[in-house]
Amino acid sequence: MAHAYTPGLKVLRETKIQKIRLLPLKGKLRVQAGDEVTPHKVVAATELPGNVQMVNVAGQINIDPTDVGDCMLKTEGEAVKRGEPLARSKGIFGLFKSTLDSPADGTVESISSVTGQVVLREAPIPVQVDAYIQGKVIEELPEEGVVVETTGTFIQGIFGIGGERQGEIKVIVSGPGEKLDPGAMDASCRGKVLIAGSFCSLAAFRRAMELEVAGIIVGGFNYEDLKPILGFDLGVAITGGEQIPTTLVVTEGFGTIAMAHRTFDLLSRHAGKVASINGATQIRAGVIRPEVIIPLTGSELEGIDAHVDSKLGIEDGSLVRVIRAPHFGVLGRVRSLPPELREMESGTLVRVAEVELDDGTMTLLPRANLEMVETD
Amino acid sequence: MSEEKRDHSQARTILATDCGSTTTKAILIQLIDGEYRQTHRGEAPTTVEAPFEDVTRGVLNAVREVEELADRQILDEDQIIRPAAGDKGVDIYISTSSAGGGLQMMVAGVVKSMTGESAERAALGAGAIVMDVLASNDGRLPHEKISRIRQLRPDMILLSGGIDGGTISHVVELAEILHAANPRPRLGLGYQLPVIYAGNRDARQTIWETLSNTTDLTVVDNIRPVLERENLTPSRDKIHDLFMEHVMAQAPGYKKLMSWTDAPIMPTPGAVGAIIQTVASHYGITVVGVDIGGATTDIFSVFEDTFNRTVSANLGMSYSVCNVLAEATLPNVLRWVPLAMDEAELMNRIGNKMIRPTTIPQALEELQIEQAIAREALRLSFIQHKQFAVGLKGVQKERTISDAFDQSASGATLVDMMALDLLVGSGGVLSHAPRRHQAARMLIDAFLPEGITRLAVDSIFMMPQLGVLSMVNEKAATEVFEKDCLIHLGTCIAPVGPAKKGRKVLDAKLILPDGTVVERELTQGEMFLVPATYEQPVKAVLKPAKGLDLGGGKGHEIETELYGGVVGLIFDGRGRQPFVLPEEPAERVAKLRAWSEATEEYVASPQPAAS
Repeated sequence: MAHAYTPGLKVLRETKIQKIRLLPLKGKLRVQAGDEVTPHKVVAATELPGNVQMVNVAGQINIDPTDVGDCMLKTEGEAVKRGEPLARSKGIFGLFKSTLDSPADGTVESISSVTGQVVLREAPIPVQVDAYIQGKVIEELPEEGVVVETTGTFIQGIFGIGGERQGEIKVIVSGPGEKLDPGAMDASCRGKVLIAGSFCSLAAFRRAMELEVAGIIVGGFNYEDLKPILGFDLGVAITGGEQIPTTLVVTEGFGTIAMAHRTFDLLSRHAGKVASINGATQIRAGVIRPEVIIPLTGSELEGIDAHVDSKLGIEDGSLVRVIRAPHFGVLGRVRSLPPELREMESGTLVRVAEVELDDGTMTLLPRANLEMVETD
Repeated sequence: MSEEKRDHSQARTILATDCGSTTTKAILIQLIDGEYRQTHRGEAPTTVEAPFEDVTRGVLNAVREVEELADRQILDEDQIIRPAAGDKGVDIYISTSSAGGGLQMMVAGVVKSMTGESAERAALGAGAIVMDVLASNDGRLPHEKISRIRQLRPDMILLSGGIDGGTISHVVELAEILHAANPRPRLGLGYQLPVIYAGNRDARQTIWETLSNTTDLTVVDNIRPVLERENLTPSRDKIHDLFMEHVMAQAPGYKKLMSWTDAPIMPTPGAVGAIIQTVASHYGITVVGVDIGGATTDIFSVFEDTFNRTVSANLGMSYSVCNVLAEATLPNVLRWVPLAMDEAELMNRIGNKMIRPTTIPQALEELQIEQAIAREALRLSFIQHKQFAVGLKGVQKERTISDAFDQSASGATLVDMMALDLLVGSGGVLSHAPRRHQAARMLIDAFLPEGITRLAVDSIFMMPQLGVLSMVNEKAATEVFEKDCLIHLGTCIAPVGPAKKGRKVLDAKLILPDGTVVERELTQGEMFLVPATYEQPVKAVLKPAKGLDLGGGKGHEIETELYGGVVGLIFDGRGRQPFVLPEEPAERVAKLRAWSEATEEYVASPQPAAS
């Protein structure tokens, strides 16, 4: 059977999800393998080296760099307080001495007799990593972090902004094709993850941020609305570090696009449950897509393992989504994969798939413009 | 690398791949009747992305396509069969790579415009993306430099500074800043960041004492031993070595890929640079080459026997397509689109290309938008290149009285568009343009060649593979380059200087190969195309109007031979210095359509019907 590799986004009803929780530098683990964890449980912690101040001692007390060592009142490794004398020149016949006070609290890290600079290291900055999802620690990565596992619903978006958040799922539209009305949100939305149909306008997103909504999951968003939120033009899709109160997960793309029925139905089914979401997106160097994770427990589990064979690509019968104009966003089923190159309207010669679209029409589309809808 | 050593000069079948940030391309080269020819090509999406996270998966998919097309077994399950036996396998397998974001470096020098620039040139020449240039005089305070180093997390750092025997304190201060920042590499948590020291040799001991505990320090010869001379080779070679040892070894699947290849994997831009230099020296000409990719645009030039490369890290056609929009601004992109478009709609379309980078323009309108963006990405990258491709700064020059009237100082750009002989385009949007006429137009509109300039494209984007092939089998690389890689588009003839709208700018008398004489006038604002082949050049007498220059001086007639190609001779009367597009939208669209028609740029194909 003809078959072609096509990347797709995951929309899985029930699957095992593992999250690696890593520290930026080596540190200490706060949990052990086998521990049950909640999303906010700190699993590992470390201290980042403090900020550095370079103090030009030679220049400031007017001595030769080679004499800096002799004029220091503190040695390497010694702590010093802001305003405390750090170095003093010998003066002339013991008179006219110049003293330099420390510009900050810290520790003397190094003294250079070549440049006359002294490096002061300020107090370390504590960093903690939490579990992010409710689950179980299944592996310890010594000094680096842990792997947390859960079983639940896993949905990938195509693009997002904002970092990791948790909140109760609330469906705020009547269907996947409905746009989010800013007026539909009120104080009851605070801390919730809202499921929002085909489009979230700038006004709606601003309203959500005001109300401190935890997150919005929506089919489409306007590219031009990113700038007023981020404060700059988003040139490359590397996001996640934005300091905004509401995380955005876009499931389909830029523009007004109805959320895929399957995604909407799955999210709606879990209304009232707590989801962990992350808008972090990186479409280069190890792709990261935004995600929605809804851990399931006890009777919610159906015992299916929706692990998708990652070697599988599209083939005859595959359910696909068109991801480029002129049929952008439309679902269809692959009917054949002709091996020969075909010419498109643009004149481009490409490998194609014959696709039966949702409305029954048959069309030839570039294979590169199809995304497999992975289902369980 | 493959352990078994074979004589690569005797190879009959060669497989070469280029793992780009978007697509992995494989080509098959075979010895046919005593000469090497590129015979088949396959491609597949690059698989650094989950669920694969293994670059070799994309390589195997691309090779499988070659197998299908060539009807030759190359793979035995997931292994490349080597050496070739009968109609199975290949003799050599080589690869280049820019996947995983390529090689990202920071460089440091004492004076930004001197050792800082030399270090930047060395890093760029080795195929790196330079994330930042630190210098003692860059205006930033030490703590700002430290937080910048921490924030960027480069793959490696090149530290230079000072001429041999000069003062050491400044370069040591830079080392102290590096030490204080204690930088971590981008990939791999437990590794020390590779740092190359290529500065004043008298500072080596102190640098070693400062940095050897916190970084993986390597010392090479000074990049600028004296003010008047650069010595880039030792640093470039070391960057290549460390790229293989550290960066590649950390990227998903690369350890496996490295074990397959018969030569070290080269960073893609390094390989393209190797081929551009070969062309310039082989034909004794000035060349500008461009490789526009999904994430970055590289420009290479050889003027006055000096090779320069720049990489515009965030000007590309997919991953960084929105950055082109941000830097060029929407009006500058729209000025090339020959149709009226809603701005928000256009921005969403471009945004969707960024988040789904492997998609292909199916509709003509989509193609026109992509090619408009490409013009701006190329234009902006070329501006950066011209600013960087300069003579050595800080060099004292002996001046005669006549030089006193010449305002050029040391460090003036080497790029002289009037002196440019050949402009070569490469990269998906140029090599895969449905019509070669489109590639020619994109090159002309973006680079604005002056006078008489030959245009060519890399036929199917195989310059990277040929660059690395030239390292193991130069004969094969040169033969394939001449016969299969370079597609001659034709020649652009563009008079330089101001002229009023509709005024005559050039008289052209062309003697075609069959003896026919064609006489034409070119007016301001007009373009026309004369069919001509590369093999049979056209004799031409070209007389620019008064005040306009075609290379022989203002108003001076030129007698020459013009080389055609698959497009032909493109006469461009739209003006150079200045080149101005109409601002009024309706007039602009009308002009764009007229130029398109005159140069046979777009010919719509009917949408194919399903069976």
